[in-house]
Parts: sequence; C-alpha cells; structure tokens
Amino acid sequence: MGNPMRIRANATGDVVEVKALIRHDMETGQRKDSSGKAIPPHFIQTLTAKCNDKLVLDAQMGTSISKDPFLSFKFKGGAKGDKVTITWTDNKGDTRTDEAVIA
Amino acid sequence: MNQNRRDVLRISSVLGLALTAGLLKPSDVFAADWKANVFEAKTLEDAVKALGGDKFVVSKDITVNGPDIAENGAVVPVSVASAAPNTEFIAILVEKNPNPLSASFNIPAGTEAAVSTRVKMGGTSNVHALVKADGKWLIASKEIKVTLGGCGG
Repeated sequence: MGNPMRIRANATGDVVEVKALIRHDMETGQRKDSSGKAIPPHFIQTLTAKCNDKLVLDAQMGTSISKDPFLSFKFKGGAKGDKVTITWTDNKGDTRTDEAVIA
Repeated sequence: MNQNRRDVLRISSVLGLALTAGLLKPSDVFAADWKANVFEAKTLEDAVKALGGDKFVVSKDITVNGPDIAENGAVVPVSVASAAPNTEFIAILVEKNPNPLSASFNIPAGTEAAVSTRVKMGGTSNVHALVKADGKWLIASKEIKVTLGGCGG
C-alpha cells in the first residue's frame, strides 16, 4: 500500500474540478544509487477516477511523470456530496484507492 | 480468422485462470491494460503507430500550456486542452526524453478534454499533445526550455 493521496473535488455549476496529489516515487529506472547500482523502475502505470462508480478518467502513465504526480481534470454530471474515487496501480502490482466528497 | 478466434479463446482462458487464482481483481481487468509497446516507443512517429494511428495533423483546436522556461526539469507543469469535438484520447509526449510518451488519458463522455499534470524533462524539448478526436489524430506542440542550473534564459 502506498501513501495516501490528497484529492480535492469542487463543483461549480454542473462541472466538477478534481485535483489530486498522489504520493509515489515514480522511479525511472535510469538513475543510479551512490554505489553505482541502477535503481529499478517503480512507477504508476494505470489510474482510474470514478464518480459514484461511473468512470470519469482512465489514465496510463510512463516513467516521465514527476515524482508525487499531480493530476487535475474536470467532468460533468457530479453534484455536491457525490464521491470521487481514484485508484492507481504501479509496475510492482501495488495499488491504492482514495476517495473524496465533492464540495 | 481461425487464428484470431484461437487467440481470443487463449486470452480469455488465461484471464479466467488469473481471475480464479485471485491474481487479478475484476476491477483490474476493467481498467485498460498498461500498453508497454506504446510507452517504449522511441520517437513520436513510433508512439503514434503503436497507438494505432498512421498520420497526424497539426491542429489549432489543441492547446499545450506550460512554462516557456522551466528551471527544474524534474517538475514541469503541463496542461493540455482540446476544443475538437468528440475528443476521446489525449497523450502528452516529451520529444527528447528516452521514452517520449509521458501519459495518456482516455476521456469518457462527460469529462472535459482538458488535463493538467507535471512531467520530467531531460532537457530543452518540444512537448507534444496528441489527441484523437472523431477518429482523427491531431497534434499541437510547445517548446519548453529547461535550465537545470536555475539561472533562467
């Protein structure tokens, strides 16, 4: 299990803006440690965002997304009080799901 | 034809086994699999081909926003928006990175065709936004200068 995400979802009219700060090392596999050994790649590969079980974003990531990825997007059809759930899976099979209530 | 059918059978049985063995949760199968061949593409053209497109056109409907000069190549904010109707897919590519594709997004109906994220850049490079809208591949680019030294310019 990774570290918890920070998710914020705000509704303006019928548009919900989601901002997510994910905590993950996003290791590229191209860096070396102090002894010269390559650090193995460790990065988020897939991410899905749902609003009340309806898919609102489906993303795939590579190694060149920054450490502690930030993501923001907007969707229609959400209302205050609805739940936004974000799930990611990394290349080592680790996964984490966090949710936020639309404010 | 036959071969296709066999492949479908084989893939579905392997997935079925993985499901029963508890290796995969149904939710994992639902999310699109990570496409290694797309992310391993070394050039923009290869990446487009791996995504299933053949040619792409430069479009004014696509906007790429980012800093003109990024002082820290490890954290470069990039946002992409598409005004093209029926945008279903957005990808962000950093031309001079070892693997240009940074991230791709499937945009379901109801979601606005605009995403922001932060990418790593190995150096000054064009950043491309590749969009699939109405079955066409559209592209827009922006050059972002990277000054790791942090003195700007």
